[in-house]
Amino acid sequence: MMNNLSKEQKKFLESKKKHKRVVSISQFLILCCFLFLWEYTANIGILDSFIFSSPSRISLCFLELLSEGVITEHILVTLFETIISFLLVILISIVFTILLWLSPKLSEVLDPYLVVLNSLPKSALAPLLIVWLGANEKTIIVAGMSVAIFGSILSLYTSFSIVDPEKIKLIYTLQGNRFHVLTKVILPCSIPAIINIMKVNIGLCLVGVVIGEFLAAKRGLGYLIIYSSQVFKMNWLLLGIVLLCIMAIFLYTLINLLDRWCKKRF
Amino acid sequence: MSNTILELKNIHFAYHNMEGETPALNNISFMMNEGEFVAIVGPSGCGKSTLLSIISGLLMPESGSVLIKGKELKNSTTNIGYMLQHDQLFEWRTIYHNVILGLEIQHMLSTKTVTKAHELLETYGLKQFESAKPSELSGGMRQRAALVRTLVLEPEILLLDEPFSALDYQTRLLVGDDIGQIIKKEKKSALLVTHDLSEAISLADRIIILTERPAMIKKIVPIQFDLTQDTPLNRRNTEHFKDYFNLIWKELGNDE
Repeated sequence: MMNNLSKEQKKFLESKKKHKRVVSISQFLILCCFLFLWEYTANIGILDSFIFSSPSRISLCFLELLSEGVITEHILVTLFETIISFLLVILISIVFTILLWLSPKLSEVLDPYLVVLNSLPKSALAPLLIVWLGANEKTIIVAGMSVAIFGSILSLYTSFSIVDPEKIKLIYTLQGNRFHVLTKVILPCSIPAIINIMKVNIGLCLVGVVIGEFLAAKRGLGYLIIYSSQVFKMNWLLLGIVLLCIMAIFLYTLINLLDRWCKKRF
Repeated sequence: MSNTILELKNIHFAYHNMEGETPALNNISFMMNEGEFVAIVGPSGCGKSTLLSIISGLLMPESGSVLIKGKELKNSTTNIGYMLQHDQLFEWRTIYHNVILGLEIQHMLSTKTVTKAHELLETYGLKQFESAKPSELSGGMRQRAALVRTLVLEPEILLLDEPFSALDYQTRLLVGDDIGQIIKKEKKSALLVTHDLSEAISLADRIIILTERPAMIKKIVPIQFDLTQDTPLNRRNTEHFKDYFNLIWKELGNDE
């Protein structure tokens, strides 16, 4: 296969590959430099390691907490709550958007309410949720959902309504009804939009869950962060943040895999 | 002798919006015989497509009636096929699955209909593209696939809404010729809406000329060519073709 390529094409591919390599090496170097500078300045006393901690202290702290078995619980609780609220958001958005699409009257009536709820800072809802639902996982999952749900309904509804009217006309010319329009055209057309909403929502749900855990949890990474700031254990606090970063990357990678699978199928 | 398959009686239609009322069709009446190919021409925006939407039942006329084989449209069981301006093949389905979309919707998937779909795909040279995505096909091939999607439902009347207008000129001649012959071969009655006069003359047995909006029937011109092989491309090569063209051109009001 490679032999069939012209010299120019090979050169082009080579330069593209080189570009990619430079980007990933730079990304890696930035991380290394950052970690090294942090560690070094903390060790020679430029940074106060009590407040700023250091990569090595965070790693040791992680191993220590891991052997005690505490940290896995915190991680799993946050992961579980995020995934549950994410799945509920996707499911409810799709069902609710279908209802709005079925009844244009309903969607026109509800439009201002959705816009207001979407722009409301959701952290303001968390204290209310605690009173209503109690300081438990239910509150945290609902807090996670509240951040993402209104935006996803609005953007999914937009993608429903920009489907080519001629495609819809085709279904009617084939003697189809609204149900066929929905299942044969609207939903398949909206798969890219649904994937995009997933990409945005997985991050938003994590934000909502951590806000919820700040206020209403006894377990989870959000709880670990707020607790350690109160008792001034900066190693724990920074460990919590690092673990949240890793979790965000992990979840985003999962969605990307789903995206790739869908692109192949559709 | 020949049976009337479609009859329109005094059709009126208007579009409504907040700015007011736009009359589109004014007292349209005509008949179409079984196996006949009728073309409707008229100035752009005169309501030609509206007429097809009414015949297919997508729009209700404000007054007047559509009779299919003597029966009111809503009581009729005759299948009407509709070809749109663009092929509207779905990119997330293969060509085969696009073709059986209508069968799926009408719950008509059976060994018999599926075999028929495969046969039609084979007859019209799409067999090796059955599992291809629409984007892998040329414009003409896509239009053929769209026609097969319509034919597989065995319609007795075909409505064609400028089905070639999205193609480039050369492809358009070829596909027009191609589709025209397929329709003749399948012995379908067809009603073609177009703004391309030569396309209408090359395909039709009769041409209905509409006026500007609100559209009324200005004149109906029977088209007759004495050709042993009466194909659209052969028609275009005759002397007579130009005469018809000039006649219809004048009727459309271009002589004033």
